[in-house]
Amino acid sequence: MTTDLRPADVTMLRDMVAMLVDRKAPTEIIGAGTKRAIGRPTNVEYLLDLSKLAGIHEYEPNELVLTCGAGTPLWTIESALESNNQQLAFEPMDYGPLLGGPAARGTIGGVLSANLSGPRRFKAGAARDHFLGVQAVSGRGEIFKGGGKVVKNVTGYDMCKLLAGSWGTLALMSEVTIKVLPAPEDTQTLVLHGQNVADAVAAMTLAAQSPHEVSGAAWLPESGETLLRIEGFPESVKARLAAMQALLAGLPGEQSILDAADSQARWQMVRDVEPLQATQEWPVWRISLPPASAPEVWQALMASVGVAGYLDWAGGLLWFAVDPGLADGGAGTIRGVLATNGGGHATLIRGAAGLRSGVAVFPPMSAGLEALQGRIKGNFDPNGILNRGRMAGF
Amino acid sequence: MLRMPEPDAVVLARRVQIAEDLRAMLPADSVIADEHQRRVYESDGLTAYRQLPMIVVLPETTAQVSQVLKYCSENNVKIVPRGAGTSLSGGALPLADGVTLGLGKFKQVLDIDLPNRCAVVQPGVTNLGVTQAVQHLGFYYAPDPSSQIACTIGGNVAENSGGVHCLKYGTTTNNILGLEMVLMDGEVIRIGGKHLDAELYDLMGVICGSEGLLGVITEVTVRILPRPATARALLIGFPSNETAGDCVANIISAGIIPGGMEMMDRPAIHAAEAFVHAGYPLDVEALLIVELDGPKAEVDELIERVRVIAESAGSVSLRISNTEAERESFWAGRKAAFPAVGRISPDYYCMDGTIPRGALAKVLNRMAELSEQYGLRVANVFHAGDGNLHPLILYDANKPGELEAAEDFGADILRLCVEVGGVLTGEHGVGVEKRDLMPEMFTEDDLKHQIRVKCAFDPEQLLNPGKVFPTLHRCAEMGRMHIRAGQMPFPDLPRF
Repeated sequence: MTTDLRPADVTMLRDMVAMLVDRKAPTEIIGAGTKRAIGRPTNVEYLLDLSKLAGIHEYEPNELVLTCGAGTPLWTIESALESNNQQLAFEPMDYGPLLGGPAARGTIGGVLSANLSGPRRFKAGAARDHFLGVQAVSGRGEIFKGGGKVVKNVTGYDMCKLLAGSWGTLALMSEVTIKVLPAPEDTQTLVLHGQNVADAVAAMTLAAQSPHEVSGAAWLPESGETLLRIEGFPESVKARLAAMQALLAGLPGEQSILDAADSQARWQMVRDVEPLQATQEWPVWRISLPPASAPEVWQALMASVGVAGYLDWAGGLLWFAVDPGLADGGAGTIRGVLATNGGGHATLIRGAAGLRSGVAVFPPMSAGLEALQGRIKGNFDPNGILNRGRMAGF
Repeated sequence: MLRMPEPDAVVLARRVQIAEDLRAMLPADSVIADEHQRRVYESDGLTAYRQLPMIVVLPETTAQVSQVLKYCSENNVKIVPRGAGTSLSGGALPLADGVTLGLGKFKQVLDIDLPNRCAVVQPGVTNLGVTQAVQHLGFYYAPDPSSQIACTIGGNVAENSGGVHCLKYGTTTNNILGLEMVLMDGEVIRIGGKHLDAELYDLMGVICGSEGLLGVITEVTVRILPRPATARALLIGFPSNETAGDCVANIISAGIIPGGMEMMDRPAIHAAEAFVHAGYPLDVEALLIVELDGPKAEVDELIERVRVIAESAGSVSLRISNTEAERESFWAGRKAAFPAVGRISPDYYCMDGTIPRGALAKVLNRMAELSEQYGLRVANVFHAGDGNLHPLILYDANKPGELEAAEDFGADILRLCVEVGGVLTGEHGVGVEKRDLMPEMFTEDDLKHQIRVKCAFDPEQLLNPGKVFPTLHRCAEMGRMHIRAGQMPFPDLPRF
């Protein structure tokens, strides 16, 4: 039986954490709770829900920054940006439907804590690259801030980077400042049909090496399509699309073009892992790898543990579903294949609680690196109360 | 004046022995103990401060770096890492009882991997050297600090260096994929690789910009980008700083992120023009250089859009580059701004705050008042796109009291930056220069959390002490918990 805590402001949050520290009470941290099924299952006494720390505090479109409560729903931010023709360039994905829940429920704090991004990641960066400033309460029950509210800043350590992707294990964010950017005026997608993995990676590599600023490059094996997204000012999109068509004309595959509306729908599907949403029993891995290794990795994994998957980030991201009958969810095979193909890492995003208890959900590290990470955890959360055991042994 | 940590008399007394021990683990020419040769390393780009290092070492391999750090760790000897020594904030300022560890011999480009759009380089490769290694293939490395011909990629990682193109392309932290680093105890760690995103905590993000306080970087994997097809620039004069600032805001709100957007005020324009004769208009109060890069169709379209925006913001002169030579001439004055100011004053002191751009007019007006108050002239160059301001305070170090006045003036400017919602440093780093101003921006608890990161990497605080943090806290003291049972604000918590 857990007790729910819902602080209304940062002072209350600090006092609650101080109480939890005093009781050495293991606590789970949530925003909207859309990603609770990711990570190793934990036993907690308290649930600290940050969803009341919501609301946009400052938004100056001309300064390209937005400051808000960490519990602010992502859609609140996205609709504020949309009315100023701006966007979050890192295109944060939504894990909701992949994990069997509703769509469009996450908070900005959750997006940053999981360092989410979408298809534009390989060009525009991930959440961490747009995370400018933070106010948080560490596992010591102290309020601290890091970064600033301007787009360029090197004053002190970059605490935002430390918290991005830390899954609530170091501190609880109360307020965040993020960089926002103009939204493109137009979007078109060049589709190459009849593509196998080698065709697709060859085309995506050529596109990514070109100066045509491709902002999405994915391969969907079900339909045999390679998708190449071009965004920007209409005249520019038109010119670059034509240049891309000419560049790839010698490669295998018929070409077609998706207009702005179809592009948006298709890239949202790629972003939110729609191809792997339906069969909820399949364990799903998120595999970050050197893009050029993608064909070898894909072939080796499909020949052994895989049932379905697709490539994003011009080959640098493999979403991969494995046979649900495998005892370790394919962890050993997947990590072994990466190790012999240029490196990378795999995180189990979807899996039954039993599987998540038994395998390393997050990538295992060298002993030295793990010890260093453990010291950071220990210095920020000496009693190990914040999402203890969710990411690693600490 | 600046105070550094009290030198360790025990270490100083063992100087000869330490040099001898280091010689046993390094090639003969890699240990510099002779005073005349050590003198070369006594300062960095912040030349107002000098300190002769106890010993200088120039290792050649990661294994040697590891051995040196392990030895120094065991013998309680401090280390100051150094790249090319171009820091403008004293990040590589030596310590009297410290070993300066130079990475100058790590000069190899190890791997150029076009299919993965990255290059693996040693930390002593210059920033421009990375671009030069890949430019024949149509690629480049995006961050381009002004010191790029000299500064090294290892130093860029330590300082999270930016440059004039970073609004569009990001700073160093957005352009690196992997690192090899040696911790103070000699342990070698590897983070990242040729793939994206951290495995667990984003240590690369923390190390980038940590100013040599967390470890010694021995290898860097950088992203390389295809070179933009075209670049063209506009050179636009305005009758006031306000109108120039409005133009910048209107460009951004029109959804345009230029590759570069630089502003100069009247004193900077006149100094630059007198120096390089770039053809800058002399009858304007502010000059804006807007560079657009990308596909030709896009650049041509945006040049036109920016022209319309500039004219409606009240520009009084406007030129558009039609050739590469013309574009470069627009930049010539801006790029020479620092030496140009150096010509009109015996000394100058370069500041580096970032402000919300909306506060530009207020900050410039207040700066003019301060200039009057201190009796020192100031010229401003400004990375207008990202709000990074470089006021150059003109002074004469030979006039008694002028250096101190310049420093006080500079500190007032940085306080002003923080007051309007900005930060102390946009790209030059804290180093020793802004160390004592950190409490203007951060509370004690803010700083303690940063120091706790430091303690995870270097618990004895032997790496570059005296930089960044105004007070040295012992790590053991940082570990204490200050919460006591019975004093809890919510004894019966379940009511929430």
